[in-house]
Amino acid sequence: MTLAIFGAIVIFGVKYRRHHGREAHQIEGSMILEIAWSVIPLGIFMVVFGWGAVIYFHERTPPRGATDIYVVGKQWMWKIQHQEGQREINELHVPVDRDIKLIMTSQDVIHSFFIPAFRIKQDVIPGRYTTLWFRATTPGTYHLFCSQFCGTDHSGMIGQVVVMNPADYQTWMSGGTVSGSLAQNGETLFEQLGCSTCHRLDVQGRGPNLKGVFGKPVQLQDGRTVLADDNYVRESVLNPTAKIVSGFQPIMPSFQGQVSEEQLNALVAYVKSLSQAPAGVAATPTNNPGPAAEKP
Amino acid sequence: MATQEIPPERKNYLNAEYGIRSWLFTTDHKRIAMLYLVSITAMFFVGGFFALLIRLELLTPAGDLLLADTYNKMFSMHGQVMVFFFLIPSIPAVLGNFLIPMMVGAKDLAFPRINLLSWYIYIVGAGLYLWCIATGGVDTGWTFYTPYSSLFSNSHVIEAGLAIFIAGFSSILTGLNFVVTVHRMRAPGMTWSRLPLFVWSHYATSIIMLLGTPVIAITLVLVVLERTLNLGIFDPTRGGDPVLFQHLFWFYSHPAVYIMILPSMAVVSEIIPCFSRKRVFGYNFVAMSSIAIAVIGFLVWAHHMFVAGISLYSALVFSFLTFLVAVPSAIKVFNWTATMYKGSISFSTPMLYALGFIGLFTIGGLTGVFLATLGLDVHVHDTYFVIAHFHYVMVGGAVLGFLGGMHFWWPKITGRMYPEAWGRVAAIIVFIGFNLTFFPQFVLGYLGMPRRYWDYSHMPEWQGLNVLSTAGATILAVGYLLPMVYMLWSLRYGKVADDNPWQATGLEWTTQSPPTTFNFDETPIVTWEAYEYEKMPLPQEVTLER
Repeated sequence: MTLAIFGAIVIFGVKYRRHHGREAHQIEGSMILEIAWSVIPLGIFMVVFGWGAVIYFHERTPPRGATDIYVVGKQWMWKIQHQEGQREINELHVPVDRDIKLIMTSQDVIHSFFIPAFRIKQDVIPGRYTTLWFRATTPGTYHLFCSQFCGTDHSGMIGQVVVMNPADYQTWMSGGTVSGSLAQNGETLFEQLGCSTCHRLDVQGRGPNLKGVFGKPVQLQDGRTVLADDNYVRESVLNPTAKIVSGFQPIMPSFQGQVSEEQLNALVAYVKSLSQAPAGVAATPTNNPGPAAEKP
Repeated sequence: MATQEIPPERKNYLNAEYGIRSWLFTTDHKRIAMLYLVSITAMFFVGGFFALLIRLELLTPAGDLLLADTYNKMFSMHGQVMVFFFLIPSIPAVLGNFLIPMMVGAKDLAFPRINLLSWYIYIVGAGLYLWCIATGGVDTGWTFYTPYSSLFSNSHVIEAGLAIFIAGFSSILTGLNFVVTVHRMRAPGMTWSRLPLFVWSHYATSIIMLLGTPVIAITLVLVVLERTLNLGIFDPTRGGDPVLFQHLFWFYSHPAVYIMILPSMAVVSEIIPCFSRKRVFGYNFVAMSSIAIAVIGFLVWAHHMFVAGISLYSALVFSFLTFLVAVPSAIKVFNWTATMYKGSISFSTPMLYALGFIGLFTIGGLTGVFLATLGLDVHVHDTYFVIAHFHYVMVGGAVLGFLGGMHFWWPKITGRMYPEAWGRVAAIIVFIGFNLTFFPQFVLGYLGMPRRYWDYSHMPEWQGLNVLSTAGATILAVGYLLPMVYMLWSLRYGKVADDNPWQATGLEWTTQSPPTTFNFDETPIVTWEAYEYEKMPLPQEVTLER
């Protein structure tokens, strides 16, 4: 279309160039043309719109059973927490041909997680989780950038995504020292912070029993029903009175400022693990979420 | 400007009074336009200097010329100066101010004193901003995104925010003045359908100024209050929402793009018929597409936020509306092109700028359609692709329109002709330099280079395109400086201009050059339509001698 317009301008420019005293041919307009060049571009636009929207919906809808990996952005680095307990900075190791879902938040300003080779990007926003998913198909090392301006060292907030063959990935996973899975760390925190005094897993305590809550709708005091997703659990820790579960009192104190973003991720992973009891559903090897028994 | 020699028997707005007081206390819309011209040109060179430093830093991958913080301030202040202190006032406050009263056949704008007040407000805002620069500057990016701007930045966010807040009122007053003038001050017989398209486009612009600017003012005040009083509106740890800022900011700042481009379209709609010697093709469609852009332009803001965590369905709606707003722009481009069909075209300097505008705006607009496409935006959002896109619109569109308009009306404004040969050379240099600067940035963005990167030493493969871009910027700078030089030169040495050197239609060309203080000796009575070029004789062949 661009070429057509440029072509027309050049042709008209050359053909109708002013020769000595040549008069212009007056034409005032044409309804047919006006309608044509309104409707045809609109039609083309709508096709492109639909095409782009389909891709966007695909990009924004993580498939079921994707492996969750937690990401925390901070000035100026990316902190990655794997379910199995591995932690990395500015590097993300993933196996090839597996759906990966990143659950991301920021502990300061807005960042943006951008992997150009995968054509994906998502802002990482303080105070909530945003998600991004991908399935890498070719092993290799790819650039990772922060694409939302975040201060002095914005251009240094870069890293790499390493996509590995399953065998290499297993080797990588077994290397390094890991003190328990993310959910286990969360469980420890759950004990340490005293969450388990009210949120008991055996009987209904002063707070709701969290077993099997994640991923299910929750009936609230004010009649609303919300889905217990990552953001809901997060909010319930930091701002517990925002959504009161039906049948309970707003007595829980806020843990704002008492848990770091990474600890919060561990807590969310733990609450999530309480709903993954039926084995075989999750593609990832999570620990058996039995009642809190083991000590750190 | 008061120094030029004009035959003494011709009194005009420039020699009606002398002395600095006669300028600072003037209520003549033409003199106020000149005050604006001098002020925005000064700000343009401030912003241009920052751009130069940005391009020099990016010449090499390592961050070696400036400190990271300095670089961050450079791109922030480049954007803020260019957007808020140059582009937004550029065509409306200079050419619009000068021409709208004449085009509708009036002696002045509806509120001459408010017009002067708007310039003083602009000067206070610009002065405060310059003070902000002098005391250390601001590093938030031109977008002031929270919570960086509200909680984390250590730079002079408050001063910058207040400066832009103040300058906004100047914009509101100008818009108000234009709306009232177009409604109430039209000469007898100057019906709405006889208005030049320049006036239609400015009318649409004024509506956006009136309705949009208060929102950015409120938003910036909220950021200032957040920093001073610690309100917490955008602070997630206290229940605030940092993304709320983006909604508020873009509610103005997307329509603000139309504040920049519509006046430029206004200029082009005058130049193309004049140098094609033809009536404009599809007058009603061009006029109404301006209004359509102004209205739909208010409903597309969240297309800046497709990766900012908005819901799938709101992204869908905003993408759809963004495709819709592209249609009236396309209508304009088609109509301008059709206006040339079977015309009698001459490639004088204003026409070169107008054709450059169509070309660059088309690229800018169509890459905007790419960005509106949800799936594609996810990849190129916040990369150099976006930078290239909006420079094609704002520089390729708005600045070329401004330069074209300045050349077109220069004889009317100053009574002198600029040197035509130099004019054409400069227009071509600007066009080449611009494309060389910004086309490589489309490629860089597609390759994944994020915007606002000071250092790309881990990605040395990007250097080649960055060198091209910097080289282009140097050429572009020459293209900007040339008109400055020869236009100042022409004030004294230029050929004395006729009242209507282009044989253009429009009431402003029926006045003398330069016009008298009250424009018309007697109120004109309009009995003809706009652009009746069949009734105008061909202008003298333009000669290239100086």
